[in-house]
This record gives sequence, structure tokens and C-alpha cells, in this order.
Amino acid sequence: MALLEIQNLNRRFGGLKAVNNVSFNVEQGSIKAVIGPNGAGKTTLFNLIAGNLPANSGKIYFNHAQINGQKPYQIAKQGISRTYQNIKLFHGMTALENVMLGRHIRSRAGFIAGMLNLPWTWPEEKEIRDKAQEYLNLLGVAECADTEISNLSFGQQRGVEFARALATEPTLLLLDEPAAGLNIYETAEIGRLITKIKESGITVLLVEHDMSLVMDISDEIVVLSFGEKIAEDLPHNIQQNEEVIRIYLGDEDA
Amino acid sequence: MDLLKRYIPVLFLLGLVIGIQLMTHFTGTGYYLTQLTMSAYYSVVVIGLCVLMGYGGQISLGHAGFFAIGGYLAGALTTHNLMPFKDYGLITFLDRTGMLVASKDLYGGDLLTVEPWAACITAVLAAGIIAFTIGGPVLKLKGHYLAMATLGFGIIIYRIGLATQYFGEADGISEVPGFKLLPGIEVSGSFGARVLNYYIAWAVVIVAVILLLNLIHSRVGRALRSIHGAEEAANAMGVNTSRYKLYIFVLSAVFAALAGVLVTHYNGGIGPSEAGVMKSVRYVAIVAVGGMANIWGALIMGIVLNFLSLRGVFGSYDDAVFGIILIVIMLFAPQGILKINPWQQVKSFFSVLAAERGEDTADS
Amino acid sequence: MTPELFIQYLFAGITYGIIYAIVAIGFNIIYNTTGIINFAQGEFVMLGGMIAITMNAFMPMTLAIMVAVLITMVVGALIEMVFIRWLESPSVLRMIIITIGISILAREVALHIWGESVRALPYFIGNEVTSVSILGARISPQVLWVIGVCSLMVAGLSLFFKFTSLGREMRACAANRRAATLCGINTKNMVTLSFVLSAGIGAVAGCVMSPITYSDYSMGPNLAIKGFTVAILGGLGNSLAAVAAGLLLGIIEAFSVSVLPLAFQDAIATAILLLILFIRPHGLFGSSEAASLKEF
Ligand SMILES: Nc1ncnc2c1ncn2[C@@H]1O[C@H](COP(=O)(O)OP(=O)(O)O)[C@@H](O)[C@H]1O
Ligand SMILES: [Mg+2]
Repeated sequence: MALLEIQNLNRRFGGLKAVNNVSFNVEQGSIKAVIGPNGAGKTTLFNLIAGNLPANSGKIYFNHAQINGQKPYQIAKQGISRTYQNIKLFHGMTALENVMLGRHIRSRAGFIAGMLNLPWTWPEEKEIRDKAQEYLNLLGVAECADTEISNLSFGQQRGVEFARALATEPTLLLLDEPAAGLNIYETAEIGRLITKIKESGITVLLVEHDMSLVMDISDEIVVLSFGEKIAEDLPHNIQQNEEVIRIYLGDEDA
Repeated sequence: MDLLKRYIPVLFLLGLVIGIQLMTHFTGTGYYLTQLTMSAYYSVVVIGLCVLMGYGGQISLGHAGFFAIGGYLAGALTTHNLMPFKDYGLITFLDRTGMLVASKDLYGGDLLTVEPWAACITAVLAAGIIAFTIGGPVLKLKGHYLAMATLGFGIIIYRIGLATQYFGEADGISEVPGFKLLPGIEVSGSFGARVLNYYIAWAVVIVAVILLLNLIHSRVGRALRSIHGAEEAANAMGVNTSRYKLYIFVLSAVFAALAGVLVTHYNGGIGPSEAGVMKSVRYVAIVAVGGMANIWGALIMGIVLNFLSLRGVFGSYDDAVFGIILIVIMLFAPQGILKINPWQQVKSFFSVLAAERGEDTADS
Repeated sequence: MTPELFIQYLFAGITYGIIYAIVAIGFNIIYNTTGIINFAQGEFVMLGGMIAITMNAFMPMTLAIMVAVLITMVVGALIEMVFIRWLESPSVLRMIIITIGISILAREVALHIWGESVRALPYFIGNEVTSVSILGARISPQVLWVIGVCSLMVAGLSLFFKFTSLGREMRACAANRRAATLCGINTKNMVTLSFVLSAGIGAVAGCVMSPITYSDYSMGPNLAIKGFTVAILGGLGNSLAAVAAGLLLGIIEAFSVSVLPLAFQDAIATAILLLILFIRPHGLFGSSEAASLKEF
């Protein structure tokens, strides 16, 4: 059985079918890309998987367990982590603190322990901090650690958000346009990073507009258009798929 | 090092508390201690609310309600005579377990009332349970809706106090006895106990401050701040946001109720004005001036403003002053007028220096 | 309950209900153009009544009322221009606190001008014992004034928003501020206008109700709470539903007198407010889908 199974998923906004009867699987240890023109329903699909939006119908299985209908924090605890197309970091907190939040589900000090500052929480706090710093290092944004998040550049914010998602040590990582707004060097860097993540055993579901990046790193591609899945195949087959080409030529000269 | 940084201001506060008492002793201005004691208790409400608003990001216009729940229950339980009900099973049981105390009233009649400790625990627990119960639906709301719901809660508590005979209607409750915390240590307004009560109040404040400082620097505190920063993302990081909001709401309600209990014993009574909407607004005003997410700011402003107000410095313009404070702060300094975080200041100063140095080397 | 008493309660309920509806519409007008709940809405009603009472000492009542409404509208405009206009996308929390501050300030100013005493405008026709008979019940003509004037205002407002270009521009602003700006509408002026309008209708209500309900400096918050309850009941921003909700609340309150102790009458609205916020925050008549699209 695949790590993530999506079966006949539907989500409407008023009369608009944002996700229309979509089904596909994501195999353990693979990188799967979801592509499609703007408004195709990719972000909505992510919101459904992560539990930010309820589905109108359909099922989502993760690790054999049905996860749709669960709260986002419950889904996160089972090992799904995500980034956002329009970065969602915690304002008023430093980069390091943002990433430390990623360690939330890997630590356990509660209200009482926190208020009394019980000694057993000290090593845990230290571990949270150290791990968070490691992930900042990994993303190459170590120097931002103590800077408040709104004082960071766009690229740095992307890095911090990525680090935060990784810090949860997810089984499945959802990346919504991780390369948007980055230059070609940074994009290449992100590509290498995603491959590295995959090699460490994390499964990746990726939404991305940069076709060369997608073709480079993904094992399989799903194409959405107006909420419907119109193709699912290996990258080089997708490149030759007539319908996909038509949609993309109709949308932009890519 | 981190701990030191956290607790040094607390030690400083302790020194200040002792210093002020000594000063009033030597200058013969001991009467200030009364208002400083009251201000201290009100500040407990304020710092609790500060954590709810500044760190949890949830406004409450109903905290005077929780204060009143604490005060009214403690007051009513410790004053209403249970002698007529002496033979009821429950009362006999409470009496046997030491939850009741017998005493004589002014005319030598027999009084049987609830022991202040038992009353205090009951009152604070009640506030906590009420907060827990209404917190579920209330905290689902945001913005104006949350403000109005908490405001509505405060009004209901106010109305209940005003309309219930048990709580003394418009007159409130008076002749509340002292609260013996330990043998020889009693919360009461008696003249001879003024210095003692000043220290009791400040001990409560210091413990409250330490607990809250610990909390905001813990894993839970970080999660609370993340809810404030971006609730959806906090959820996606595995933070059970609604539970955290509920807990912090209950915690701040418990702080308010405890303050209510102690003020009622200290003043020997409580009236409906303590539950009024203006009181709740006042607490919010103080948190706002202190800088929302700043416990020290809230504490300092809580002491200063309450002290001035209790001394009658604002005269008949008391409410107007708080209104103006709200407007001016929110218009011109929504971050509060105090930014008391010297370490942060120093750190950002050096990081700016370091950044400039970095740019220099990059240029050359 | 005798039929006469029933009619009497009913009219009392409608009178208060329509006033709540006017306050609710005041909330809605400002909410629609700005996304702000103006916590000082009740103070407009208070100002209207109090100013008219003072002016009435120097001039005929009709003129006094007109002057009072005008002054209140100017106050509304000033509030917007001084406290709101120049803020760049302020947070909801900030706006809540500012308008609460304005409400306190307005009340305190009123306290220092007029003191704590309760006053009233004279009855428009006759005096407190004059009455007309409706279905056997004796009703004060002032009640009919309140109902008549408020109904006219509601009708006038809906015509204004539907058929005048200014009204349409305000609605465009409510529907989509950015788009309205792009179409050349000065949204800032629309916001000022919304404050002027809600101050105006509040002041009118404050004048016509004054002979029956009396006026004093502290009447605002209570009215605001009830008006807000009504606005929420009807679904925030929906003014016609607010009229229905206002009448509902007014009538419930009026009839509650026969079953509840008087001290709890004012708590009914608050209880309803909490209930509705917990169960259907998008209002009795609104849809949750539409409400979830709004930013709160
Ligand atoms: N919360 C929402 N409410 C209403 N419509 C939405 C919402 N979120 C997305 N949509 C609509 O659903 C469609 C799919 O959007 P989205 O999933 O963001 O597309 P993509 O990420 O593929 O660009 C779009 O037409 C968008 O306008
Ligand atoms: Mg998208």
C-alpha cells in the first residue's frame, strides 16, 4: 500500500469545483509533483491533505489510516508537514524560535512543567534549540537565527519555513511552490535539497511551476486542470502528453 | 545564563518592594502601602490578561467578571451564616471536615461560615470551571465577535451580582473576615497588619510573575506565541491551538479570581462596580499600555496606573484618563510605551553592528 | 393576559425593537465600509438626545432636533477623521480598543457637560398621559412617532443605497474596497460618510425616543450591546434582517417583564448575544458559507 492514498476527493467553493474527483497515490520514498495552471486546485489539494479544509467527499489515507476529517494538528502529529505558497511564519518570533516550533510534536513539556520550569524540561529545551539550529544550518540560513522573522528577506523566509517543516521530522513533506520567487541558483539549490531529503527517507509531495526543476527531481507527476486530474505519469511521458502541452501552451508559453 | 536573565529583574523587583516599604517607614508615609497593596492585587489580573492577550492573541473584555466570581464567592461563603442549616447532612459533613468555622457576630450570636481557605479554593475553582466551560465556544470566535462575547460574559456576571440577594444586590457584600493563610499571616485590612499585607500581596505578585515568565519561555509559551503569529501554521506544526487557547484563558481567569478573593478579604467586602465593564476595559487598557506581549510592562503600568487611580490623582476624570490612554496608545504606540527588554535591545544593537561589519567586508 | 395588555406589550416591544434596529443599522453601515465595529455607536444616540434637550431651551423643538442631529453628524465625521482615517490597515484588536476608548471619552465629556441627571425631550404631541386607542389598548402617540420616524429612516436608507449614485458607491466600497478604489471611488470619503450617516440615524433615534425612554450620559453602552446583539442576530452587515431581529429582541424583552424579575431584563439581550455567538455567529438569517468569507 502506498504511503498516501487519495480517493475521489472533492472540494467545492460555492459553485466552483476546486478539486474535482481527484485520486492518486504517493509511494513511500518518492518525490511526486503536482503541476497545473494557476487556479487548478493544487493549493486546495494540499489544504485538504493537511486538514486545513474539510473535503466535501472522498477519502485520504496516510499510513493505512484515514486522515480526512482529522484536525490539522492531529495530521501533523502523524507525520505530515507542509510549507505554504504564501509563506506563513510566526511573526513576532525569531527565525530560530520559528524552527523550534517545528520540534513541538517531538517534545512534551506541558503547562505545569513550563510554569514551574521543572528541571527535566531543561535538556529537552536544549535539544529543541540545538536541532532547530541544525535545520537552519542545513537550509543555509543559520545567520538569521536571532532575527525577527519580518526583518528577513523573502529567500531567507522561504528557508526558515522549509527548516521549520523539516524540523518536525515528517514522513511526508508537502511543499507548495518552494521555488517561487527564487533566482535560478537558489532554485537549483532547492532542487538539490529536495533530492537530499528524499535520500534521507522522507517522501515529498511537491507543487511547483518551475518545469525544469519538476522534471529533474520528481519520480512521478500528477497534472491538474480546473480541479480535475488529467494525467499521471513519469516525467518524460508527461513532457510528451498532448493534453498537458495544450493546457500549458494555452496558459503560458512554457 | 538564560535563567539568570529571566530572574534578575525579579530580584530587582524584590529589592524595590523592600526598598519602598523601608522608605515609607522612614518618611512616615505608610499610608501609601494600602494603595500599593491593592495595586499589587490588580496587577495579578493584569499580568494574567497580558499573557492571554499578548502571547495568546485573545482579547477579553470580561476579566472583571472572573475577578468578581472570585471575590463574590469568597465574600459570600465566608459571611453567610450557615447556623440555620446546621442540621442538614451536607453542612454537618462540611463542619466535621473542618471546612466551616464557628464564630460570634457583633451581638454575640453564633455564626457558622465557610473557612476562608475552603472558600478561596471553591471560588478559584469555580472561576476556572466557568472559564473552561465558556472558553470552548468563546475562543472559537475571533476579533469583534470574541470581544463582544467576553464583554457579554462580563455583563452577565455583573447583572447576576446586582440581582441576587445572596451577593448583596447593589450593596455588595461587606464585613468579610480576614483570610488566615498561615498562623500569624492573615490577609485583612486591619491597620496593624498593613506592612504584613503589603508583603503578602507582593509575594503573590512575585510568584505570579515567576510562573508566567517561566511559562512564556517554555515550549508551551512558544506555542502560544505561534498561535498569535499565525494560527493556521501553528496548527499545521502540531499545536492543538484551541486547547492551548483554552488553557491560557482558564489560567488568566484563575489569576483574576485569586486576585478577587484576596482583594475582597483585604477590603473586607466587594461591590458590583468590581464586576463592571469599565473595570474590564481598564485591565485591557493597562495591558495595552504595557505593550501587550510584555509581562514587565503590564506589571509596571498596572502598578503605576492603579496606584494613581486609587490615590484619586485623576479625580472625577478617572474613567476619562483610561479612555484617553486607550486611544492615544493604540493610535500612536500600539506596541506599548514601555519596551522593557534591555537584553534584546543590547543584542539587536550588537547584531546591527555585526551586520554592518559584515557588509563592510563584503564590499571590500 | 388580556388582549389590551398584549397589544400594549407588543407596542412597547416594537418601539424598543425598532430603536435597536437603528443602532444595529448604524453598526452595519460602518462595518460594511470599514470592517470595523464601532463600539461608540450607542454614544451617537446619547449625543443626539442630550444635545436636542439642551437646544430645546433656546429654540423650537423641531429646530433643536435638527441642530442636534447635525452636530452629532459632525461629531461622527470628526471621530472618523481624527482617529481612523490616517491609520494604515490597523489590526482588528487595535480598532476595537480605539472605538472603546472613543466611547468612554464621549461618555465622560457628556458627564462633565450634562452631569448624571436624567432628562427628556417633551412629548412631540400632548404629554405623558395623552394616548390613542389601538385595538382597545391605550398607546402614547410618541410610540407611533418612534415607530414612524424609524421606519421612514429604514426605508430612506434602503432607497439611498439602491438608487442614488452615492449610495451605490458606498455599497461598492463595502463589496470590494480595492476594486472600488480602482474605479475611482474615494473610499476614504466613503468611510467618513458612513460615520456621518450612522451618527445621523443614531441621533434621530435618540431624539424621538427621548420623551419615552429618557436620556442620560450613560445610556450608550446598553444600547450598543443590544444593537450589536440585533446586528449579529440578523447577520452582520445585513440591515433588513437587522430590522426583523430588532423587533424580535424588543418584543421578547417586552414580554419577559411578565415572567422574569425586572433586574434580569437587561441581561436577556446579553444572554441572547452569547447564545447566538456560540451557535450561529453568522446570524439567524445569514449563511455560514458567506460568513466564512468575511474577515473577522
Ligand atoms: N478559500 C477559498 N474560497 C473560495 N475560493 C477559493 C478558496 N481557495 C481557493 N479558491 C478557488 O479555488 C480554485 C483553486 O485555487 P488553488 O487551489 O489556490 O489553485 P492553485 O494553487 O492550483 O493555483 C481557484 O479558482 C480559487 O479561486
Ligand atoms: Mg497555489
